[in-house]
Amino acid sequence: MKKAVLALADGTVFEGRALGYEGETVGEVVFNTAMTGYQEILSDPSYKGQIITMTCPQIGNYGVTPEDVESRRAWAEGFVVREASRLVSNWRGKQTLHESLVETHVVAIEGIDTRALTRHLREHGSQQGCITHLDLDHERAIGRARQAPGIVGRDLAAEVTCAHSYDWTTGTGDWAPWPNGEEAGSGARWRVVAYDFGIKYNILRRLVDVGCDVTVVPAATSAQAVEALKPHGVFLSNGPGDPEGVPYAAKAVEQLIGRYPIFGICLGHQILGLAFGLKTYKLKFGHHGANHPVMDLRTRKVEITSQNHNFAVQGEPVLVDIPKVSPVIDTRYGRLAMTHVSLNDLSVEGMASLEHPVFSVQYHPEAAPGPHDAAYLFGEFVRRMENHYA
Amino acid sequence: MPKRTDIQSILMIGSGPIVIGQACEFDYSGTQACKALKAEGYKVILINSNPATIMTDPELADRTYVEPITLEVVEKVIERERPDALLPTMGGQTALNTTMGLVKRGVLEKHGVTLVGASAEAIHKAEDREAFKQAMQRIGLRVPKSGTAHSRQEAVAIVETVGFPAIIRPSFTMGGTGGNIAYNREEFERLIEWALAMSPVSQVLIEESVIGWKEYELEVMRDLKDNVVIVCSIENFDPMGVHTGDSITVAVGDLDRQRGPTHAGCGSARHPRRDWGRHGRIEYPVRYQPGHW
Repeated sequence: MKKAVLALADGTVFEGRALGYEGETVGEVVFNTAMTGYQEILSDPSYKGQIITMTCPQIGNYGVTPEDVESRRAWAEGFVVREASRLVSNWRGKQTLHESLVETHVVAIEGIDTRALTRHLREHGSQQGCITHLDLDHERAIGRARQAPGIVGRDLAAEVTCAHSYDWTTGTGDWAPWPNGEEAGSGARWRVVAYDFGIKYNILRRLVDVGCDVTVVPAATSAQAVEALKPHGVFLSNGPGDPEGVPYAAKAVEQLIGRYPIFGICLGHQILGLAFGLKTYKLKFGHHGANHPVMDLRTRKVEITSQNHNFAVQGEPVLVDIPKVSPVIDTRYGRLAMTHVSLNDLSVEGMASLEHPVFSVQYHPEAAPGPHDAAYLFGEFVRRMENHYA
Repeated sequence: MPKRTDIQSILMIGSGPIVIGQACEFDYSGTQACKALKAEGYKVILINSNPATIMTDPELADRTYVEPITLEVVEKVIERERPDALLPTMGGQTALNTTMGLVKRGVLEKHGVTLVGASAEAIHKAEDREAFKQAMQRIGLRVPKSGTAHSRQEAVAIVETVGFPAIIRPSFTMGGTGGNIAYNREEFERLIEWALAMSPVSQVLIEESVIGWKEYELEVMRDLKDNVVIVCSIENFDPMGVHTGDSITVAVGDLDRQRGPTHAGCGSARHPRRDWGRHGRIEYPVRYQPGHW
């Protein structure tokens, strides 16, 4: 078995076995605690610039299935697992994880102590890393890791967004979270323009499910160009990296607040935060997983959510305990409520304008992978459009 | 969820002998419940006929009765101990059946004992197969073709539509006692007699067979505020037809990549509980045919 090395910028080195595409890669090393869903994770554009460590020790058991991808290609810079299954044990599986990584040019490593790596990242924070199959010299690999570009301030959305706008028409069908069609609304169709900062297919499918006719537009689309499409609502997608790396997006959104109902997810939520005049900051090791508890401060209900972000919106005041009521901030566009909070670290997980039909969440209501506790939020978006145009 | 201060003492019914359908997991859950309730300052009274369980160890409950779990004996324990509440969900089928019996006889009402963990209505809905089927259909889940019979004649009429092999499931029996699979008319006529005799309410569900289908289970927790956590999925290694108790199972269900049934299971696992008013630990099995969802 061919050897491989994972080196971190702080000089920590893990020796393992080569997996996937043969080569060398650099990126910010993060860990994801989801036990399944590796295919969706690898193809999630929000992972651009990052090497993903899976904490679940066995990955690849059910293989890889073409229709389970979340975007047009794999975006992860690298992949780290304890053990990659050589055997595909599912009737839908068409490839092994290894075969898929080779085909999608993802350099990976297996056979390292992923628990030790995860603890290291928790303690010392996410940092740049290098996986190499080529030259296993530790010092050289550490050097490569140190020279690797960080994700702070980088415009990664520009690298993953679509080149041209397009319409999206398919829903989740039989795969809907509520198979009995309980959320089918009035039957009205809503024209929605979806900003693609690195959008996942399942967001688009879920928007169609709830009655939206979706036009996806590139990240740098101006507010005027959005207006020309005469939408009922605007959606701000998830995406990789630092919201301050895409200042043009917040500028465009500033012109859209108050004019259209807006719903943001993940990077879209952070961009909305910047547009409202709030600050964003980088988390120590981010939130990546499929079981993050979030409380809706208005209803006190807890949702188990899928998450993938390294940055967060800075709320006011900075929370030290779960607040009794949802905190409200005065912004240049009026009062903004912090509606959701992470029960792991009390970071802001959602907000809603009290003046405009504008709201956002930091987590992923579209799941893929993950639980569907928050699936109702797409319906909330439609309800806001219904009320706005009633 | 705030602590209930209106109750001080809680009677818990154990599961009695260990059999398929109520095995050592009920000793485990009962033991944990004893510890948790005592840690909260409640007085715990336990009745369990099986002295070989952990929960009957003297240091666990405040008062332990190693007595037969029958309506008469439990009633006597209630008369003597005067508990404020009865926790029926930790002792498997035996505890549920006994509780329903106590409710029907008016014993709980007479002594002012409230049910905690599950209401009588919720137990009825989960245990009565027809009520369960209706609850599932109300939330839009597909269920096998079936019908409920109280007599041999009714049963024969139902099996005409269900076809063979047909599953025979008597209501309110422990671990599926009296249940069977009939592959033809002769077998069916013989087995239905027994099933009707085994059911304490002479009620039998006759159901389309799902032998060979895939099976997985969701472990769900729900509190009174409707917070739901799907703790994990458990995937059965063997197809339907091999009892879960005999099958290798894998948690987290890792090979289950047909999103339809997984999603449907998770979505509906949140649902029926609202309909049922049941909370605590819930097992939620789902079956489907791979490729035919």
